[in-house]
Amino acid sequence: MAKFDENARPFSEKWLDERLGVVTLKKVLSTEYWIPKDINFLWAMGMVLAATFGLLLISGIFLLMYYKPDAALAFDSVNYTIMTEVGYGWLWRHIHGVGASIVFLIIYIHMFTGIYYGSYKKGREMIWISGMLLFVTFSAEAFSGYMLPWGQMSYWAGMVITNLFSGGSLEAYGLVEWIRGDYVPGDAFLTRFFMLHVLLLPLVIIGLIVLHFGTLRLPHVNNQKGEEIDFEEAAELYKAGKKKESKVIPFNPVFLSKDIFVMGVYFILFFYLVFYHFGFAMDPVNFDPADGLKTPPHIYPEWYFLWSYEILRPFNKDLGLIAFGIAQVALFFLPFIDRSPNVAPAHKRGLFNIWFWVLLVDMIVLTILGKLPPEGIYNDLGLVSAIVFLLLGPALFVITKMEKKI
Amino acid sequence: MKEQGRRDFMGMALGGFTALGGLGALYAMKRSWDPLPSVKAAGFTTIDLSAAQENVLNIEKWRGKPIFVLKKSADMKADDRDVVVGSDRFHVTIGLCTHLGCIPAYLPGEKIFRCACHGGEFDASGHEIFGPPPSPLEIPPFKLEGTTIVLGEEGPEFKKMKDAGLIA
Ligand code: HEM
Ligand code: FES
Repeated sequence: MAKFDENARPFSEKWLDERLGVVTLKKVLSTEYWIPKDINFLWAMGMVLAATFGLLLISGIFLLMYYKPDAALAFDSVNYTIMTEVGYGWLWRHIHGVGASIVFLIIYIHMFTGIYYGSYKKGREMIWISGMLLFVTFSAEAFSGYMLPWGQMSYWAGMVITNLFSGGSLEAYGLVEWIRGDYVPGDAFLTRFFMLHVLLLPLVIIGLIVLHFGTLRLPHVNNQKGEEIDFEEAAELYKAGKKKESKVIPFNPVFLSKDIFVMGVYFILFFYLVFYHFGFAMDPVNFDPADGLKTPPHIYPEWYFLWSYEILRPFNKDLGLIAFGIAQVALFFLPFIDRSPNVAPAHKRGLFNIWFWVLLVDMIVLTILGKLPPEGIYNDLGLVSAIVFLLLGPALFVITKMEKKI
Repeated sequence: MKEQGRRDFMGMALGGFTALGGLGALYAMKRSWDPLPSVKAAGFTTIDLSAAQENVLNIEKWRGKPIFVLKKSADMKADDRDVVVGSDRFHVTIGLCTHLGCIPAYLPGEKIFRCACHGGEFDASGHEIFGPPPSPLEIPPFKLEGTTIVLGEEGPEFKKMKDAGLIA
């Protein structure tokens, strides 16, 4: 049997260490998990995301106390009970709505930071892939949540998005009806998306967050120059007291204190939105109850889905679906499409820098067009931007193949 | 060696039964997602066509879906997909855009349907004339009984359209 110190006080560090190995755990996961010094506030986005997820979880739990997953009751349980009767019910709803919207803004910043600094390359592929899985699951989480208030946008977004699964000319309407549990979105549809939204998908998200953190541990986070740091050597220097000379700092408490500062600034903005500017996260059309006999004059998804929605629109049905499908999965393959040997910020990588900015601008243009009605010049612009997006994949392969080692 | 053989056997036996149980569980899960019998048995809808006015779109409901009923005016082109009652011609379709399922709006002035979602257009007979919709508006199974039409049942007129490949 292992040795236990008779004199250790119950629940003291030593007592816990002998039973759970907490000292080792703390070292591996926090006080000796080394973070490069040469990074900036963009590296705080990951913890900002984790904190925002925490807020969604807490506000969601309180919404769940009065929400009724029933096609006849859902709308009133949200818009009447939670918003007007429940004490501070509006607060949870606004936190949840604003959180669901802002979390995507931060996800996009986080992703583009990774692309800019080449943080998906050479040993960091799994970080990127687990991050993309989080993105996809978050998208499903947001979509399923959007069904719950059972307003007009809920219903019609549910109709259009589930119809995507008919696969165009494949005419797989059986599959669509199977997903819905009905010919049209109805009660069976609402209750199953409720299950996904409050249990299954949050569980998957929590698992993926753990995986994402796990994938970071061995390769460590990248830095502003893409420098390959000898973490063991740098850690020795730090532990020997040569903190100035060392290129790293421990995650806890040094890096975390910077994270928390950024979070503080972020939460001021976040709660400003929650209290004074929540309107952007609440589509007015969704304040009309679901009506299967009336499509709203314009339907469009929440802003964070607009770019991929716009890729669907300018083509005919089959081509649109194919383009849309490619757009959904293309980013997963980024670490393997990028053939360049360099891990460096985009501004040091020649053509890649141009590629990066074209991608960013194209996605913003697609987002704006997605919100505009599908008419005239917007159709043409949409077609061009969608084609540019699709061509960026092969272009990246060629550009990075030609890139010289720095 | 002998030990190994026994372990392999146990492993395969366990794996086999686990796979069997897993398949069973997957089937049960699939069936739980199926539409309920009560949903599938959603009955029939009867519509009286005699009250309809020319060029005014009526929207009825069948299996939760909107049904377009449009009495054609004399200047609208006759079409093989029309439902003919005496001397009157009716456009009867499921009012969901064949692109992704929004309800197109009827513009009585232009005599076309326009879908706001992605800009698709259909003429008064339901044929796609612009945008992403890949096929005409779908005709629901129907049966004529005098001046009323029963949706959900396949009458001879419907079967004839179906055989001619005109349904959607
Ligand atoms: C993980 C990230 C999450 C995202 C992105 C998300 C997203 C959303 C969205 C977009 C809505 C509709 C917002 C509205 O109209 O008010 C919603 C509603 C809702 N969510 Fe979440 N959610 C998340 C997590 C959770 C969790 C963990 C729970 C509960 C355990 C939850 C429970 C609910 C409930 C009950 C509603 C319906 C009430 C309402 O519409 O205000 N959510 N969610
Ligand atoms: S759903 Fe009608 S054009 Fe797309």
